[in-house]
Amino acid sequence: MTPQTLALVRLIVQSRTGVVVDPDREYLILHRLAPVARREGFDSVDALLSAIRTQRDQRLMWAVADGMIPTESAFFRDGTPFNQFRDVLLPSLASSRRSGPIKIWSAGCGTGEEPYSLAMLVDAEQARHMATPVEIYASDLSERCLTKAQAGIYTQADIQRGLPARQLVQHFTKQDAHWHLSASIRRQVRWRRLNLIADLSPIGRFDVIFCRYVLEAFDGPTRKQVLEQLAGVLNPEGYLVLGDTETVLGLTEAFSPVSGQRGVFVRGWQRAMAA
Amino acid sequence: MRTSLVVDDSRVIRKVARRILEGMGFEVAEASDGLEALSWCQATMPDAILLDWNMPVLNGLDFVRQLRQQPGGHQPVVVFCTVENDKAHVVAALDAGANEYVMKPFDGDIIRGKFAAMGLI
Repeated sequence: MTPQTLALVRLIVQSRTGVVVDPDREYLILHRLAPVARREGFDSVDALLSAIRTQRDQRLMWAVADGMIPTESAFFRDGTPFNQFRDVLLPSLASSRRSGPIKIWSAGCGTGEEPYSLAMLVDAEQARHMATPVEIYASDLSERCLTKAQAGIYTQADIQRGLPARQLVQHFTKQDAHWHLSASIRRQVRWRRLNLIADLSPIGRFDVIFCRYVLEAFDGPTRKQVLEQLAGVLNPEGYLVLGDTETVLGLTEAFSPVSGQRGVFVRGWQRAMAA
Repeated sequence: MRTSLVVDDSRVIRKVARRILEGMGFEVAEASDGLEALSWCQATMPDAILLDWNMPVLNGLDFVRQLRQQPGGHQPVVVFCTVENDKAHVVAALDAGANEYVMKPFDGDIIRGKFAAMGLI
């Protein structure tokens, strides 16, 4: 791949999604774009990019951007954030809720494992005792991820990573070689294609935002911009949950960490001290 | 140091599993069938058992049923690790007293994830 082609890919992806493509990982670019080239009828990634250079076809550029968006996902990824959600965040929100549902948003949901993990937890809590209604929203920029997510069909490799065996037998059936999530869990999640670097103000307000391992794909200014947009759509008593290795510190004062709850943040500084 | 018992009639699988579990800080013992595994457990109950299903002499399902009847037999975390990959087998394993279920082929990340979720690492 020539330096000019590499620069073209970086420009296409970053300008549309905010995602920074590491120029030292050419193999990753080729790996991710090879299926895009095949789907679009090109013999190679070079042929695809050459066509983009000459035709300036917006649809092809979005196909490249979609192909380069990180999609790694797993059920109950890292474990702890989901325990925190069930044991701390959800009870806290439910106890102070006078009316209306608790609204949760999985921002950058990939192929759906995160919102479905939340839906399984909510289902269990409602079966046990929780009367407060919960609405789960999920968004991603990638069409192909959203299509897979909405189908709720996973491979053996997908369901082996993070999904407890008891949840597997409770919520999935096996058809041929694939595991199909039950309609009752799938119905709990509402989907939307959404670009986090676009204006988020029309999407409503949420009580918990899961935005895990999404910010790490952006550069510093874009992380700050996205975090401040998330603060704008998070209710004052709400929580932001980031990936284990992610933080707001040094980026923005719109959020502050909750003491004792790794990866959980609240709006502003005062509430964090009291939490 | 935590202890684990790998029960599988395949020497290759036992070797792979041993390497993964030792990498997680476990002291590892091996058994090639359910009966040998029961003898191990009667002598020293391990913290965790990685268990194949189809084995000669005593299969994994009968092993876990018998293990759970023994004094202290409720203690080990039992994780099935088997080629049996349909829902009925997972249900039967959990009903018999297994804690978790891994379908072959497996890798270190899958085993590590299951053990972490069970509080073993």
